[in-house]
Amino acid sequence: MTQTLSEQILSQAAGRRVKAGELAVVTVHRAMTVDSIAPEVIDVLHDQLHVDQVPHPDRCAIFIDHVAPAANVATAEGQLRARRFAQTQGIEAFYDAGAGICHQVMIEAHLVAPGTIAVGSDSHSTTYGAVAAFGTGLGTTDIALAFATGKTWLRVPETVRVDFIGELNAVSDAKDIVLHLLGEVQADGFTYQAVEFHGATALSLASRMTLCSMTTEMGAKAGLIPPDALTRRYAPVPTWLRVEESVNYQRRLTLDLDEIAPLVACPPRVDQVLPPRELQDVHVDQVFLGTCTNGRLQDLHQAAQLLEGRHIAAGVRMIVIPASHATLQAATADGTLATLLAAGATLGPPGCGPCIGRHLGVLGSGEVCFSTGNRNFAGRMGAPDAQIYLGSPQTAAATALRGVITDPRDIA
Amino acid sequence: MNRIWLFGSAIDTDQIIPGRYSPYMTSEDELARYAFIERRPDFAPNVRPGDIIVAGKNFGCGSSREYAPRALQKCGIAAIIAPSFARIFFRNAINLGIPLFEADLTELVADGERATLHLEPPRLTTAQTAYPLPRPPAFVEEIRAEGGIVAYVQRYRRFPGERPAGTAVPSAPVVQS
Ligand code: SF4
Repeated sequence: MTQTLSEQILSQAAGRRVKAGELAVVTVHRAMTVDSIAPEVIDVLHDQLHVDQVPHPDRCAIFIDHVAPAANVATAEGQLRARRFAQTQGIEAFYDAGAGICHQVMIEAHLVAPGTIAVGSDSHSTTYGAVAAFGTGLGTTDIALAFATGKTWLRVPETVRVDFIGELNAVSDAKDIVLHLLGEVQADGFTYQAVEFHGATALSLASRMTLCSMTTEMGAKAGLIPPDALTRRYAPVPTWLRVEESVNYQRRLTLDLDEIAPLVACPPRVDQVLPPRELQDVHVDQVFLGTCTNGRLQDLHQAAQLLEGRHIAAGVRMIVIPASHATLQAATADGTLATLLAAGATLGPPGCGPCIGRHLGVLGSGEVCFSTGNRNFAGRMGAPDAQIYLGSPQTAAATALRGVITDPRDIA
Repeated sequence: MNRIWLFGSAIDTDQIIPGRYSPYMTSEDELARYAFIERRPDFAPNVRPGDIIVAGKNFGCGSSREYAPRALQKCGIAAIIAPSFARIFFRNAINLGIPLFEADLTELVADGERATLHLEPPRLTTAQTAYPLPRPPAFVEEIRAEGGIVAYVQRYRRFPGERPAGTAVPSAPVVQS
């Protein structure tokens, strides 16, 4: 009997052959938490589990990214606890304020590997499927248990197979692919399931990360790109991990990338998608280029291409937050940053920025933001009646130039 | 009798408790006060232990924040009944020992209606009607019976789905008496 990629990875980590629907207890190769959740994880470890020393510090990781650098005394003290905890536990994979967003750094710093399991106290841990790892988000208690035991328990998910055909045009982004998919299957379309994206060979690692990160918005447990030459350039792929013939997928979908055009998710739901040309009367106050979904060098490049030699519209503020320190350095070195700044953008320290409305660009009542992030729920970035539209870096740049939501093809 | 709080579909974790009100930004002691603070400001001041949330599909979608179900637990919510739940919320609620039932009662009950939740057998009773609720999978009931996943692993020395032998789940320290 053949297996999906998730079944293969979970079988290896469980030490027995498992299939969709079963409960499996699996080795966790990497468990990570972030500044906003770490204090709770530490509390559960100490107060409820009575663990003084985690058994596998080399399989843990901690990131200061959600409110980094600290915005007030409460967050500063939470970060202090996380920092001390990493030190006393011997957790070397500790990334302090400014290093970048957990998901970006997990892949950049090779903290995840193909065929392994990585769990994070952040829902977008599905991102690791970009390098053929089984990544999934868990809550505080589950992460504390993973720190305490090196294991977790999972229901082996059924798999939806999405086949890409055709080729993505230059004006569209992986974000547009995933927004298209969201419009089709809706925000609960893949609940409890894993998604495999086949035919993604032409997509860069950055694009793969965008795709896998957004599977969370469809309710998926994991999103995986089958290993190929690009995956092997990233890290060795175990020989047992490969796409098998006649696998029993729960559902199959085909997406023609030739048909993909810019799309925008309208507040307050990520699956409410419309072409930007139908939103031309929406005036924006703030444009945010960043997040674990679209804050990478490729994204900054795409925005800079449109902004080069131009200036953002009066009355618009544009915040650029590179996903990691490495991204910031590369964008500085190759002039991308200079282009963005010359166009009138401003720069925030690598991290989550205003994505969850805690600092560095919180929205006031009635304000409208165009973000390259992944969630546009009411109240996500600030005032509950602020509006968040989501789209690709190119659509964000075009929107910043005009001050209203704009299709990048309409910037001559 | 308690009351029903009726919500629509796709109630995301930012509606249950916005990230700005997380214990990280405020304090754990205030958590219950912030439940539905912007979505439904009358909730936290008026909710009573034993009250029930009835909602539409995909309840709890969005972030992995465990403080969302924890805020509802601190308010004393007896159960959440919805046709479907987002996966991380579902798991967090199970881990915390909050009863969840997959059923669609949104068209059958009214907001503010008096009701009582019974666990054995699972049902919701109002003045006129008893609505049977589907029994959750056995492992979910076992975790709830222990009061949550931490108590479960401490009692059984293993995770759900794991064979009892050869496990290394930490147990509570032996209390010297
Ligand atoms: S950038 Fe936004 S979505 Fe990504 S990890 Fe940070 S807060 Fe979460």
